[in-house]
Amino acid sequence: MKPEYTITVYTENQIGLLNRIAIIFSRRKINIESLNTSPSEIESVHRFTIVINETEDVVRKLCRQIEKQVEVLKAYYNNNEEIVWQELALYKVPTAVIAEKVKVERLLREYGARAVAIRNDYTVFETSGHREEIEGLIKALEPYGLIEFVRSARVAIIKDSEGFHKKLKEFESEEPGSNVIENEFLDKQDEVFMM
Amino acid sequence: MSTLELAKEKTVAENKKIENISGSEAVLKALLAENVKTIFGYPGGAIMPIYDALYDYTDRLNHILVRHEQGAIHAAQGFARSSGKTGVVFATSGPGATNLVTGLADAMIDSTPLVCITGQVFAHLLGTDAFQETDVINITTPVTKWNYQVTDATEIPSVLAKAFYIAGSGRPGPVLVDITKNAQLQKFDFEGYTKCKHIRSYRPKPIVRKEYIEQAAQLINAAEKPFVIFGQGVILGKAEKEFKDFIEKSGIPAAWTIMGMSAIPTDHPLGVGMLGMHGNYGPNVLTNECDVLIAIGMRFDDRVTGRLDKYAKQAKVIHFDIDPSEIDKNVRVSVPVWGDCKETLPILTGLIEKKTHTNWVARFNEFKKKEEEICIEPEMKPTGNVLSMAEVINLLNELTNGEAIIVTDVGQHQMVACRYAHFKQSKSNITSGGLGTMGFALPASIGAKLGAEERTVIAIAGDGGFQMTIQELGTIMQYGVNVKMLVLNNNFLGMVRQWQQLFNDKRYSFVDIQSPDFVAVAKGYHIDGQKVSERELLREALTTMLNHKGAYLLEVMVGKENNVFPMVPQGCSVAEIRLK
Repeated sequence: MKPEYTITVYTENQIGLLNRIAIIFSRRKINIESLNTSPSEIESVHRFTIVINETEDVVRKLCRQIEKQVEVLKAYYNNNEEIVWQELALYKVPTAVIAEKVKVERLLREYGARAVAIRNDYTVFETSGHREEIEGLIKALEPYGLIEFVRSARVAIIKDSEGFHKKLKEFESEEPGSNVIENEFLDKQDEVFMM
Repeated sequence: MSTLELAKEKTVAENKKIENISGSEAVLKALLAENVKTIFGYPGGAIMPIYDALYDYTDRLNHILVRHEQGAIHAAQGFARSSGKTGVVFATSGPGATNLVTGLADAMIDSTPLVCITGQVFAHLLGTDAFQETDVINITTPVTKWNYQVTDATEIPSVLAKAFYIAGSGRPGPVLVDITKNAQLQKFDFEGYTKCKHIRSYRPKPIVRKEYIEQAAQLINAAEKPFVIFGQGVILGKAEKEFKDFIEKSGIPAAWTIMGMSAIPTDHPLGVGMLGMHGNYGPNVLTNECDVLIAIGMRFDDRVTGRLDKYAKQAKVIHFDIDPSEIDKNVRVSVPVWGDCKETLPILTGLIEKKTHTNWVARFNEFKKKEEEICIEPEMKPTGNVLSMAEVINLLNELTNGEAIIVTDVGQHQMVACRYAHFKQSKSNITSGGLGTMGFALPASIGAKLGAEERTVIAIAGDGGFQMTIQELGTIMQYGVNVKMLVLNNNFLGMVRQWQQLFNDKRYSFVDIQSPDFVAVAKGYHIDGQKVSERELLREALTTMLNHKGAYLLEVMVGKENNVFPMVPQGCSVAEIRLK
């Protein structure tokens, strides 16, 4: 199994950019495990969070191809130790089952699930966390008639990141100062190179 | 605010004449502001408003009506490559736009600056499967450096400014702007055109980091067998002089990729030939013997490297490139020098010691001698009556004195032309290197001539490729474009046949292509020409072609089953290059 990497891309908010980024993966026959687009800490700057399973060498090259796109400000990649991440999931189960079976109620509490809609016929629970926790609850609920399930893409915060404000200032100035380091990859070529 | 400042503001406002014009006219004003003089295009329903506006601009803009949109884009590529400027294309929606795709892909992989403007159906019809509607933006996304759909005329000036800036800066490439018909017709207050100089999310070239160049200089100064390999980056960066200064001071032998060819004169004493599958013997073999490999403005294409895990493993690699995604892409680099080689090379030259590598350069000459004996001599002086492609190119060199622009198509003739053609000036070798687009030569030669009118332009094509875009003879006829067409006819799709001979037991599957009477076809377009197959007549025929006033087609019958050698067979290392 190839390691999991989370790619964070800061971009302009532009129609068609999602496609430009997506085809960088599909052209190389790389499956995107999860993709999330959202606003970022800066107004007008968009943030993509993409999860793939690939070697670091491939991920690094993908990031460079992503960064090459005109409307992309910056692309970072991180392994799971370097980020804090969450996924959100919704589960729809028959209300009757929860009402009757004490076990289910305990289960939901155990997984930190929260009811977001309660109707006569069904109840929708929400939980967030890492993949394993979310999948654990599906397995646990399956015997009790899980009607519907959906999980969101990963959202992730880079532990070491200072945010994008400073970087954006550099991008906005036409003549950045000489101490600006624009492609960090050049400084940390690593051993993971394969041919 | 002082009175002076107030007065100043007033004049600025007065100077900023606001005109109420259509989107179409704004397109043309943008082109004029970008100093565009030549447009290659073909009209159609969705781009009619722009063509209507163009009717009043024919005194300032020279529009070349081609015979097929593919012809338009290849012509624009030829124009860009011979002139160093951005090529401009007009096409309509739907089939007009899809016919550009091959040229866009070609320009993308060969880093050719283009701005293509396509018409699109009315904005309210987008997505309704309207007549001649196609999703041009999504079709062209993988083959453009940038593309954008305009649905509102007010966007036109800024979008085109961005388009020209992106196409021509950094690592150049094709840009496509799709303009809906309503935006072309829409009147708006045009406040003038401002060239784009900065996009915050786009940095065409970085600030040079000297520490990397210092590392490179250290490696070069300590090297015993350094070897320079260079590509089109030298030409695109307009750094021919800086490059020449570098190799001359360092005394390092330099070999070119097919795209880098002509950046230095082919007879330069340190120019040791072409790299790659059909390149020269020495540069290929010695790639695996050098101790420091200095790659400048090239991208380690698989046709250059052969088998990667056996490529220059013994060498420390220094890579100069303006595109950081090229660094470490195919070959692991010891020292990356990211930047514009026009800026980085002079710094490097300043840091290196003046040297001559006499013994090392002599090694290249040893290989050259062997190649001449085994490959070149028999090609140049065939024993039989049948002409070889190499002797045609050789004679052409003599007659043009290496001063012509040579535009080649794709296949055996391309490899032979690039192996043997002599060049004295930069931007003289125009070919479809990365994509290998058959049919490129004829339309590209039209553009090349219009981009460098003072120069002789010779399109060299095979019998297969020439038929792919033969309709552009019509464009040559209509505008009297003075291009010389040399068709090297071996009655085969020769390169595929060569592979079938070598690797598929001579199973010649669909390579025996029939050709029309090319001279008669040219005559049909009122273009003079002749056909020769005898050696005695070749010199006169080539002279007639070169001296002819206006376009001329010369068909030369060459050996049917001649092969191009040397050759690095696929899956082999560069050191395993075959001489026969």
